[in-house]
Amino acid sequence: MDVILFLIFAAIAVVCGFNVIIQSHPIASAVSLIGVMGSLAVLFLLLGAEFLAAVQVIVYAGAVMVLFVFVIMLLNAGAEIRHGRSLLAQVLGIPLLFAFLGLMAYFTRNMSAGARDVRFGEFRHGTALDVGRALFTRYLLPFEVISVLILIAILGAVVLAQKELE
Amino acid sequence: MPGVPLSWYLMLSAVLFALGIAGFLLRRNIITVFMSIELMLNAVNLTFIAFAYQWKQVDGHIFSFFVMVVAAAEAAVGLAIILTVFKNRETLNIDDISSMKN
Repeated sequence: MDVILFLIFAAIAVVCGFNVIIQSHPIASAVSLIGVMGSLAVLFLLLGAEFLAAVQVIVYAGAVMVLFVFVIMLLNAGAEIRHGRSLLAQVLGIPLLFAFLGLMAYFTRNMSAGARDVRFGEFRHGTALDVGRALFTRYLLPFEVISVLILIAILGAVVLAQKELE
Repeated sequence: MPGVPLSWYLMLSAVLFALGIAGFLLRRNIITVFMSIELMLNAVNLTFIAFAYQWKQVDGHIFSFFVMVVAAAEAAVGLAIILTVFKNRETLNIDDISSMKN
């Protein structure tokens, strides 16, 4: 059951991820990216991270992608104009990409040879309770710093996007 | 009941990260380049959570949470910058926005 669910949602994630970079229209890329994030949320659940699966759907697939779609529609972004790719990128890029992925497969297989398989329900410490407890005890300082970062980002976005006053 | 090997999760993460890099380098629309960055951040989150499972520690979840927060802040500021660039230049093509080159 675990393997079937993993394969289904991994396939959806990879297909949607591929779609993000081959679609010429930004809105199609955005919808594909929502597909990637949704299927990754299911994989987070399989890994026992139920709080982060909820956050992934609410914050990423919800808030951040709505912001993207909003900007795409506001700017009326059309299909991008494609120029000829450089020959070097075509000749070197794709083989190097596959070499990178092959090396990654080799090393992750070797390094995690002794690791136990991932089974749903074996890790039960990803609830909002456990994450919140860690966040407000051991990681209190980073939590406060990151809330200041959010505040700065809000102010920065408002300052950048406002109309210039005459 | 057979489980999923940990390396499959890491490989999926590597594939998504590679797709993100490819999109970042190949695409010419500034919004799609931005979305490729989000794809890479998501791939890294999957790695964090896979290792959190492996070590049975919640710390990976915290880091993943921080990555999500930073990504949200980055999206807000980045999209505001894109709006400003479009207002001044009337283009979204990154080849046309090259005044900081050289």
